[in-house]
Amino acid sequence: MIGITSFGAYVPRGRLNRAVAAKANAWANPGLAAQARGERAMAGWDEDSLTMAVEAARHALAGRQVELGAVYFGSTTHPFADRQNAGVVAAALDLPEAVATADFAGSLKAGTAALLAGLDRVAAVRGGEVLAVAAEHRRARAGSVQELMYGDAAAAFTLGSSGVIAEHLGSHSVSTDFVDHYRAAGQLFDYHWEERWLRDEAFQKWLPDAIRAGLAKLGIAARAVDRFVLAEPAPKLAAELAKRLGIADAAVADGLHATVGQSGAAHAPLMLAAALETAKPGQTLVVVSFGQGCDLLAFRVTPAIAQLAPRSALAASLARRKEETDYAKFQAFNEVVTLEKGLRAEANPQTALSAMYRKRRMLLGLVGGRCRKCGTPQFPAALRCVNPSCHHAGEMAPYRYADEPARIKTWASDWLTYTPEPPAHYGMIEFERGGRFMADITDWDLGQVSVGQPVRMVFRVRGRDPQRGMIRYFWKAAPLATAKEA
Amino acid sequence: MAEGIRDKVAILGMGCSRFGERWDMGAEELMEEAFSEALADAGIEPRQIGAAWLGSCMDEVNIGKSATPASLTLRLDNIPVTRVENYCATGTEAFRGAVYAVAAGACDIALAIGVEKLKDTGYGGLPGLEIGSLPPLWWPNLSAPGVFAQVASAYMARYNVPRDTLKRALAEISAKSHANGAKNPKAHLRKPVSCDVIMGAPMIAEPLGLFDCCGVSDGSACAIVTTPEIARSLGKHADQMVTVKALQLALSNGAEGGYNDWDGSYILTTRKAAQRAYAEAGIKKPREELSMFEVHDCFSITELVTMEDLGLSADGGAIKDVMDGFYNADGKIPCQIDGGLKCFGHPIGASGIRMVYEMYLQLQGRAGERQLKNPRYGLTHNLGGFPHQNVVGISIVGRYR
Repeated sequence: MIGITSFGAYVPRGRLNRAVAAKANAWANPGLAAQARGERAMAGWDEDSLTMAVEAARHALAGRQVELGAVYFGSTTHPFADRQNAGVVAAALDLPEAVATADFAGSLKAGTAALLAGLDRVAAVRGGEVLAVAAEHRRARAGSVQELMYGDAAAAFTLGSSGVIAEHLGSHSVSTDFVDHYRAAGQLFDYHWEERWLRDEAFQKWLPDAIRAGLAKLGIAARAVDRFVLAEPAPKLAAELAKRLGIADAAVADGLHATVGQSGAAHAPLMLAAALETAKPGQTLVVVSFGQGCDLLAFRVTPAIAQLAPRSALAASLARRKEETDYAKFQAFNEVVTLEKGLRAEANPQTALSAMYRKRRMLLGLVGGRCRKCGTPQFPAALRCVNPSCHHAGEMAPYRYADEPARIKTWASDWLTYTPEPPAHYGMIEFERGGRFMADITDWDLGQVSVGQPVRMVFRVRGRDPQRGMIRYFWKAAPLATAKEA
Repeated sequence: MAEGIRDKVAILGMGCSRFGERWDMGAEELMEEAFSEALADAGIEPRQIGAAWLGSCMDEVNIGKSATPASLTLRLDNIPVTRVENYCATGTEAFRGAVYAVAAGACDIALAIGVEKLKDTGYGGLPGLEIGSLPPLWWPNLSAPGVFAQVASAYMARYNVPRDTLKRALAEISAKSHANGAKNPKAHLRKPVSCDVIMGAPMIAEPLGLFDCCGVSDGSACAIVTTPEIARSLGKHADQMVTVKALQLALSNGAEGGYNDWDGSYILTTRKAAQRAYAEAGIKKPREELSMFEVHDCFSITELVTMEDLGLSADGGAIKDVMDGFYNADGKIPCQIDGGLKCFGHPIGASGIRMVYEMYLQLQGRAGERQLKNPRYGLTHNLGGFPHQNVVGISIVGRYR
């Protein structure tokens, strides 16, 4: 049996109130009021598809000792066109470097393509489980419908042949150059045609045919589908399609329009992760992505799902929510307006690629060292132990800090230094089992940061170099609002 | 056991430029302003100087690298000139080089000159520091107020001090320096400011507002040192002579920033350097023996904790001493009698020497309107870097006899 062995998801905590955004642009397009309900997930300035992918993957891997043979990362918004994004994900997870990595891109099917390739790899018995992750952070023009309807999110799965919680029953893929929207290479924004084109020509014609063919091929009767996960590009399309196919109304999964928004290549995986959160053994899940064709994947939930420890996926992400009613901030984060950054933002040193490589486990994996003499964990790993009563010289044992419990020891809320989101928050982060360092604080609430506050380390964008196109990643401390988040 | 520096080196002459936003001057003109005053005070010719140390911190503005700008500007006699840089403690480092050279007998007369031209950036506050190749990949974009504001967060947590209580004491510290600076013709900021204005100023880094931050200034300060014997031979009277009693430096070794012990509410290196300096100077009870001191009040909170780190206030007791006026001009141990970094200004490379300059004037009874009565010992405290990773230079100067 092969299939899904674990899952996780991540939705940024910022949620843009759509009514606020629609109102800001109502002068130009009063029709936006039709989309002014609910909210959309909004990545922080220091998040992109890669950082979200890492966070989702950490949730999928949490508490599990798995040997991974491959990391596949699907997205249409990979931050790098040439520097393997899946490789950065693997490094952030501090995986052994003997691992296959690949990016899947070019279509909103990229997320399911990563899943399918992962399942194929497991079936081919190449060794180890596969981490398949999908994440999306799409930009949209100010005042566009897409700005309201898109959302940023990530989902991750481990795929394997033991401890399978959802058995892969098979798949069916269709490729057709049906273009309802596209984004040319080098362009920031999608170009969209009207929704009627998509509804009449895809959702009433070739898509139902493709799904029917898939279900027939796999021997699944429409009425036997317990959960129908379709990444619909607009509300209600999945429900109409289910009716047409004979799939029960109750089986249709929520399209997450009111809470997350359309997360592109991540959307079908995100909805699948949500389905697994509440899935019962024996249920049949049918997942369909949509983008110049479709991928259909069918799973049957196994009794092993009861043994998988609860993990952070959609429910936890939705609970970890901060409403954003400042549309101007959303625009600045997504760089659709050019905000005055001040002269201090001009400082822009080149990134030393050699230093970045030498210290890759430190910078991407948050790996410090543990003194082999006194046992003190420390970050970064040092040539001589930092413990004043030790100072032992010698190579340290690697010590990963990413999941170590930590608290804020001292903090600053700084209006002077440059940051895309003033005031900059940073402070001395102290790890309970040893070690501390001065780190950026992210996902803060103004006036709520305090000494002793517990934090979780998260992989984020440390800074961007627009002149050279470099994105520098490092880890930051995110305050935990409640013990539950710890 | 080393016997230390006490009374081996005398200050022959000192000079200090007017500090401030010197749009009219570059580093060269500022150095000349300080140097010519020091030469006249010392009563020597430039060719009598045997070695020199130049302190300057910010390569990004100012005069660039090496000591050649000082040698060229001051037309030194092809003598050894060394540029030193140790964050904001650079001035004391230059002074230390000159004092040690004389104490070692390597030369008869040595020069220390510090200079900083900061106001060539187009924005307020200090310019960003170049921090090498690796730190930009993982350090936060630290600003000076941001790192020192963290001391306030830790101090409040350690002593359970309400924010308003701390904020009020910090305002008193700044108001005191403004009152002192108003009497100093060379100070950058010469206006008395009330505590209400200070507390109502825009926030820079919680809880530090604009008036909790020192001036960002252009300026230069200069010291010419020699042995007491040579000073006497050059006509200086022993009863007017100011000698170096102690000169200590302490640097972090990573413990504060990497080992879970330090709680962030004090500066570890200040404590280390102060103990060594008192021992070197033979001072047993600093709260009773020190006449005055100049601390590195880059921010009001730094001054507050430094009073404790120097052993003048008890741990957790500085707020009470501040509110009692213990450190005011008419208090027991006046602090920042020249206005401090806060109001005299903070041209980085010059600051450590500027502090000694004020102690020197006071000890010689030449401090004009702000002259203290019969001071004996003056201490200077120069702090560079971050609370968790820094350089502290402390000097104690006093009357020779």
